[in-house]
Amino acid sequence: MSNYIKLIVLGLVVLFAAIGSNYARDLAYQVHAILVMIIAAGLFIWTLRNTDEPDILVDRSAEYMDGVIRYGVIATAFWGVVGFLAGTFIAFQLAFPSLNFEWAQGYMNFGRLRPLHTSAVIFAFGGNALIATSFYVVQRTSAARLWGGNLAWFVFWGYQLFIVLAATGYLLGGTQSKEYAEPEWYVDLWLTVVWVAYLAVYLGTIIKRKEPHIYVANWFYLAFIVTVAMLHLVNNMTIPVSIWGSKSVIVWSGVQDAMIQWWYGHNAVGFFLTAGFLGMMYYFIPKQAERPVFSYKLSIIHFWALIFLYIWAGPHHLHYTALPDWASTLGMVFSVILWMPSWGGMINGLMTLSGAWDKLRTDPVIRMMVISVGFYGMSTFEGPMMSIRAVNSLSHYTDWTIGHVHSGALGWNGMITFGALYYLVPVLWKRDRLYSLQMVSWHFWLATIGIVLYAASMWVTGIMEGLMWREVDANGFLVNSFADTVAAKFPMYVVRGLGGVMFLAGSLIMCYNLWMTVRKAPAKEASLTVAVPAE
Amino acid sequence: MEEYTLLRQFADSWMLLLLFTFFLGIVIWVFRPGASKEYKDTANIPFRHVDAPAPQQDKPATSKEARQ
Repeated sequence: MSNYIKLIVLGLVVLFAAIGSNYARDLAYQVHAILVMIIAAGLFIWTLRNTDEPDILVDRSAEYMDGVIRYGVIATAFWGVVGFLAGTFIAFQLAFPSLNFEWAQGYMNFGRLRPLHTSAVIFAFGGNALIATSFYVVQRTSAARLWGGNLAWFVFWGYQLFIVLAATGYLLGGTQSKEYAEPEWYVDLWLTVVWVAYLAVYLGTIIKRKEPHIYVANWFYLAFIVTVAMLHLVNNMTIPVSIWGSKSVIVWSGVQDAMIQWWYGHNAVGFFLTAGFLGMMYYFIPKQAERPVFSYKLSIIHFWALIFLYIWAGPHHLHYTALPDWASTLGMVFSVILWMPSWGGMINGLMTLSGAWDKLRTDPVIRMMVISVGFYGMSTFEGPMMSIRAVNSLSHYTDWTIGHVHSGALGWNGMITFGALYYLVPVLWKRDRLYSLQMVSWHFWLATIGIVLYAASMWVTGIMEGLMWREVDANGFLVNSFADTVAAKFPMYVVRGLGGVMFLAGSLIMCYNLWMTVRKAPAKEASLTVAVPAE
Repeated sequence: MEEYTLLRQFADSWMLLLLFTFFLGIVIWVFRPGASKEYKDTANIPFRHVDAPAPQQDKPATSKEARQ
């Protein structure tokens, strides 16, 4: 019966998308309508072929739902490489403007590729990593199979569709020009549907858990899911100009719009890139170190302090603007206070290794996780410092900000995700071990040196251009033109690009290593059928 | 009183007090007697049920039955 409803809905979607592709007012909408039409038609045929076939029901409640996580791991690695490649390319576009090819103007110039890069690494790489690891962690720490059956598959594929719509939209000019919230209204609506399904699967699994307590990693993941839902809805309150076009108009205006955008933007950092990834930290570091988290009490205080403080930090993006002084002071003060829970969490992660520090010498995977927590500590020190108004007057609009973001994103988010992938692949594909630990070491050093090159060159160029912009002569005239700063930055831009090449090379080594782990590493035999304790 | 001023005054006083007390309450609650023992058990959750969910029961599982 449910198949008939599905067929009716899919048929209507195909019809609507077909009309949309004909009436489309702009190219992005037209391409998306055709894409949706093809996908919906394919699903229609697939559903039709399975309709009125006998149902084979198998009770799988005695095993975990790992298929969707395996797909998530592959998607994470794939989008990671895509995002790093796009980032490296646009880094060289900045150094060598002729890479903005004439034949690709309007599609592959820096302005179009830059949101593609940020969304690919944050939402495609980071988002898939979060969805996959959260599904893994919530099952293991709840001792229950994922709730909702195939709904988890809907979340996975629905999220991939969101990524494809967002990415192709940027290239074709479908953007609402809000940083990290670029996708247009229909893509936002689709993400809302997927996200509600994600919340349902996650919460459903927690509700039917067999453990009496909800492990702390789940608290962080849940805060991430709920807060991102709230941020997404408020920051994307738009009214479409036409149902047949991608252009929409936001209901907020002026400085309110700016404040809501940065309330969204900073909490995307705080809850997407921090809370969610802290969930990863609180599960995978104890697992890899084979000892429980250093202080569970600290982890609870860490959680509540982090979510209570982060939500107020956004106004520090709007120093010296039309935003009232009290609001930007509030943002600054909360950003500085935020330093404490951040470092509390960092200490908790690092000290989990106390008594097992020798593992740093023998296990490159734990080395990766530890350096990610180190970068977390470093960028959560740098961030509060940059949020102080006086420092911000120098750092804002310069490359220092970009360096800061990348030490957090490449160092903290990238490295903890790599660590989680190295942990997950042998477990999910039932392999005894990774294919090559030496390759993990190579990945570790390439990525680390790449980040150091990136961050250091951006510090130099950022502070340099900040100082050049404010330099005045004896008569009070500005000394440097904007083009002077651009020319002065060239060597640092090349160094930054090389850092990106090293980071990308490391991720390619990881992909090869994970691929060979699945193909060649010896299978794990003993614990396949009988349930054994973790150790 | 205009809406903005009213909300602003409420946020600066009662709401601030409420959030702050809630947070202090959590900190105190975390250090309640007997917490260490309980948290020791909770912190070990990742080391149980690695390969398969807890066995199904007819009645809702109590904390003891969740252990393997």
